Amino acid sequence: MSLLELRKLNKHFGGLHVTNAVDLTLQTGEIHCLIGPNGAGKSTLFRLILGEHHPGSGEIVFAGENITSLKSFARIHRGLSVKFQVPGVFKGLSVRQNLEIALQIRHRGAELEAEIDRLLAFLGLGSEQAQTAGNLSHGQKQWLEIGMAISLKPRLLLLDEPTAGMSPEETHLTGEMVQRLNADGMTVLAIEHDMAFVRQVAQRVTVLHLGQVFAQGSIDEIVADERVAAIYLGQAHA
Amino acid sequence: MTGFLSLFRRLEGPQTVGRGPAFWGLFAVVLAVALVYPLVSDGYTVGNTVYFFVWVFIALSLCLIWGYGGSLSFGQTAFFGIAGYGYGILTINFGSAYGFTLVALVVAVAIAALFAILLGYFMFFGRIAGVFLGIVTLAVTLMLERFMAQTAGPEWRIGSARLNGFNGMSAMPPLTIPWPGEPIVLFADVGLYYFVLGLLIFVYLGLRMLMNSSFGNVIVAIRENPERAEMLGYDVRKYQLITFVIGAALAGLSGLLYTVWGQYITPSSMGMTAAALPLIWVAVGGRSDLTSTVIGTLMVLAAFQALTIYGSQYALVFMGVLLVLTVLIAPNGLVLGAMNWLGRLAARLTQRIG
Ligand SMILES: Nc1ncnc2c1ncn2[C@@H]1O[C@H](COP(=O)(O)OP(=O)(O)O)[C@@H](O)[C@H]1O
Ligand SMILES: [Mg+2]
Repeated sequence: MSLLELRKLNKHFGGLHVTNAVDLTLQTGEIHCLIGPNGAGKSTLFRLILGEHHPGSGEIVFAGENITSLKSFARIHRGLSVKFQVPGVFKGLSVRQNLEIALQIRHRGAELEAEIDRLLAFLGLGSEQAQTAGNLSHGQKQWLEIGMAISLKPRLLLLDEPTAGMSPEETHLTGEMVQRLNADGMTVLAIEHDMAFVRQVAQRVTVLHLGQVFAQGSIDEIVADERVAAIYLGQAHA
Repeated sequence: MTGFLSLFRRLEGPQTVGRGPAFWGLFAVVLAVALVYPLVSDGYTVGNTVYFFVWVFIALSLCLIWGYGGSLSFGQTAFFGIAGYGYGILTINFGSAYGFTLVALVVAVAIAALFAILLGYFMFFGRIAGVFLGIVTLAVTLMLERFMAQTAGPEWRIGSARLNGFNGMSAMPPLTIPWPGEPIVLFADVGLYYFVLGLLIFVYLGLRMLMNSSFGNVIVAIRENPERAEMLGYDVRKYQLITFVIGAALAGLSGLLYTVWGQYITPSSMGMTAAALPLIWVAVGGRSDLTSTVIGTLMVLAAFQALTIYGSQYALVFMGVLLVLTVLIAPNGLVLGAMNWLGRLAARLTQRIG
């Protein structure tokens, strides 16, 4: 069963055709990775899904409902959640308060405090809870924002370059986190450049190039595809 | 009952400086002094203190909208003037019998809030933010000032209330509480003092609870990163509008009490200088904290008045210098900086003793 369907999504910025008739279907329960060169339109596609940008034409269907004209916050209520490419934490507030702001939507009182503690442990940020979020390392900010995003118990989690700035060990840990969330029933769409991460988690991969779906398949099929190597992976490995 | 108790627990939290027995002990002492003070002082000084208190409400309104909410409104004086004139027009027409001045208080503040709903809806849902929000709000207050300044002619009257152009409205009745036998008239000394002090404590504690509630969490989240807040499912513009309206009501309360205090209101209360001064009080005190805002406003007002004796030009220069010093030394506010420093010092001392 499909959870998200993008149908012929077009987006122009002035003369720039950033997404060009993008068709993409996500199956419920899968971990799907979106790869492609810088400027391919990956982050823009996320912003279209989230309602921050509106497509010139095309449709977005989520869980059977056409959400193309819904406001962003209403899409979140339907079960979408995101971690942005540039970590969007509340910099001036403590780590704990960041999570509280996300978790207070579903929990109150003592239950809320317990949920914050649980999430801190899951993210490995327990000893950082009193820190101001702006003082965290880049990797920790990524985790904190992932924590906020999953607080909503979304049906579909969008991750835009979740492992940027992380060491290989941290990247692997993040992969395990994503797999645990997926095991609990969360569908995941992740934009990534780190092919080790993609190999670790992805059940399917889509390559976006110049705003168009360029290739789609398992990680092995994508890596073996010479056309993909020519436009993206070749340079990544170079 | 438990809901009531949890409300009180919200008196402290990450959004407000001051917690624990030491803070609330000090609060009780200050409160006791404030309660006893009119009994040992003269009427003029008490009336002057009320005048200071009156301005704290508009400062708190700015603290809420700007310091916590992150939207710099340059036009809180618009609501100040609307409620002030509103009270004048209502009470000059309907008098002060049967507790009508108290009704006028509520209605005038409600009119300011209603105006804020219209203006706020246009701004927030029209996605006006940042410096443009400052420009729009400033333009609105200056427009109101201009408009009121040209109402000198006899044709500018609402019922029996003449608007009086640049000279402003005067001789509206003071607040009057109906009482069996003799109604209690709150003249601008001891009577009004206790009334305004009561309101001030109510508003201060109420705002502390509000800012440390889940609503307050969302407000500061929007200040820190509105996009992230929206992507947690919060309808950002709705929260901004509610904050703006609460702030407008507080600014309105300020203007109303000012009108009640001096029994006059003029267009210049909505002018450029009037609009700029609250920004300075709040910036100097510490815009992101309620207590710092209250203390800072009272201190700057007292200093300003003391200097005005030597000439108002010195006082204005002093304000400018103070603002520059704040920006250079403690960008988050001098009082807030000092309180945080004291807090750290106290923590270190108790650590050494303990
Ligand atoms: N708000 C915007 N206005 C104009 N151009 C934009 C905007 N956002 C992105 N772009 C352009 O769209 C293209 C795709 O950007 P983006 O989606 O961020 O790529 P990716 O995430 O794949 O690296 C780039 O050329 C970028 O400069
Ligand atoms: Mg990107």
